[in-house]
Amino acid sequence: MTNNIPTSAVSSKPTSNSARASMPKHSHSGGSGAAPANQADSHFGRKGLVQIALLGLLLLLPVAAYFFGHLYYVNLASRITIIAMAAVGLNLAIGYGGMVSFGHAAYFGLGGYVAGISAYHAFDFTPFMTWPISIPGSDSLLVVWLAAALLCALLALAIGAISLRTTGVYFIMITLAFAQMIYYFANSWPTYGGEDGLPIYIRNSLPLVDTTNALTYFLICFGGLVMAMAVTSRLMKSRFGAALTMARLNDVRLATAGVSPYPVRLVAFVISAAITGLAGALYADLNGFVSPSVLSWHFSGELMVIVILGGVGRLYGPLAGAILFVMMETFLGGITQYWQLFLGLVLLGVVLFAKHGIMGWLAGRERNE
Amino acid sequence: MSDSVLSLQNLHKRFGALQATNDVSLDLKRGEIHALIGPNGAGKSTLIGQIAGNIRPDEGHVYLADTEITGMSIAQRARLGLGRSFQVSSLAEPLSVMRNVMMGVQALQSHSFRFWRPVASDQRLLEPAYEALERMQLSHRAWTPVFELSHGERRQVEVACALALKPRALLLDEPMAGLGPEGSAKLTELLEALKLEVPILLIEHDMEAVFRLADRISVLVSGSVIAHGDSEAIKQDPLVREAYLGDSDA
Repeated sequence: MTNNIPTSAVSSKPTSNSARASMPKHSHSGGSGAAPANQADSHFGRKGLVQIALLGLLLLLPVAAYFFGHLYYVNLASRITIIAMAAVGLNLAIGYGGMVSFGHAAYFGLGGYVAGISAYHAFDFTPFMTWPISIPGSDSLLVVWLAAALLCALLALAIGAISLRTTGVYFIMITLAFAQMIYYFANSWPTYGGEDGLPIYIRNSLPLVDTTNALTYFLICFGGLVMAMAVTSRLMKSRFGAALTMARLNDVRLATAGVSPYPVRLVAFVISAAITGLAGALYADLNGFVSPSVLSWHFSGELMVIVILGGVGRLYGPLAGAILFVMMETFLGGITQYWQLFLGLVLLGVVLFAKHGIMGWLAGRERNE
Repeated sequence: MSDSVLSLQNLHKRFGALQATNDVSLDLKRGEIHALIGPNGAGKSTLIGQIAGNIRPDEGHVYLADTEITGMSIAQRARLGLGRSFQVSSLAEPLSVMRNVMMGVQALQSHSFRFWRPVASDQRLLEPAYEALERMQLSHRAWTPVFELSHGERRQVEVACALALKPRALLLDEPMAGLGPEGSAKLTELLEALKLEVPILLIEHDMEAVFRLADRISVLVSGSVIAHGDSEAIKQDPLVREAYLGDSDA
């Protein structure tokens, strides 16, 4: 790999595989001609530090809280983690794909209901359905997660296939409309509690692991969040990510380059929904309860606010946003029921003064290549 | 029509009462630049749209080599080897030049549903993209974000993007528009060298460039081709002089 084309600041010499004498040995336009890693490197210190601090605090504080016996804070951290994971899913659609979905509560809620309904039937020893195939309930988290991800992917495939034929404000409205349909459906379906919601009496389980332990469950959620972020990061560096980025920035260019934007967007939308759905399943088990409120447009809006607060299209944005949001909700919400006034002020501040969100403010602007 | 790389046969397109394309047939042969000129409102954009794939003709056929592409999507046409540039340059501005050019290479190699391997170190993408840039004498700008480029450089990037598709035919929509005399001369030179490898259908307002570059010229007026021939023939054609060059005392 000695004749590589320069991809980093290490060498901005042109390729030398056929001794192109006419080519300059170094990029002659100074900074602008250098490879992008140049700028990335100068930011790495600060950006890397912020990222490690966020993840590290999220991991260490609950562990410490657990050993001091403050289970409440462990569960709070689980809540932050799960909301962050849901927002990671939404960020893939909004931030990386440019698809402003106002209906991601549908996937979060569906994931939650999969966990709830599965546990309900496992607890009752009744089958979920008997025809055309027999599907029993299950209290295994692995089964629940798989089912939640698959069903959310299917739902997103159907909703996305229709919604992605529109753009802009129509896309926002049509995703909202689909989510509201599901919300009202859950609200009026008495079998699973209707508007009262559905309790999960015993937390779904994993082999060899005591999921009822607060710290264990937090660590499971933390693992889920890290996985979701790792998948997003890897995905966006791949060919698929390159196509999705181009679809967001200029879909005419993408089509002209020979890639149809629609299927690329659709697949990203489906992956995004599956991640949010998994978070929903984790959330239902955390609370031991799932109700239509997680399907409501309020929740879709909260996820959007979190993504915007954290920094649209930033890998750690959803985490930063979720920490701020849940903290404000918990601590300010404990002081005054009008805490959303302050949330509004913070959101206003971010939109006006920190366009790239908390992550942009803390870690500096991210450069595209 | 075996030596035609691109051929349009009896294209018709009507928008309400307006016959935007009226029985247009033309072809592009290997090794040539075929210029399409015409006054504003002649239906050039509509015709380009039908070749590129964003407008469906009401009647008629479009062939690329021997494949009929009349009903294909923009992306399908691109993969088959139809490269194009836009009148107003259309690139992903925040991305580097390289990233813009790499997309065509990627499309050509396989579908884009590859989720794992990073593109930033993928020599199979980088090398062909770099080559396309070198042919447009732009490799020194490979890692510059497009928004930092001059207008003329963007034009070159657009052509490089098209070249990344290893095109059989290039469709260049007013590549000289907005270029100064210097930029225009440079691009003219590049296109002259390029036509030997890839035939070019050139839509252009810059008559100097057209007369210098084009092997054949077709003149479009009110949706129909009113004249066809080499530079000399077109310069002399009384119909053209009247309709297009505005020379009434011809």
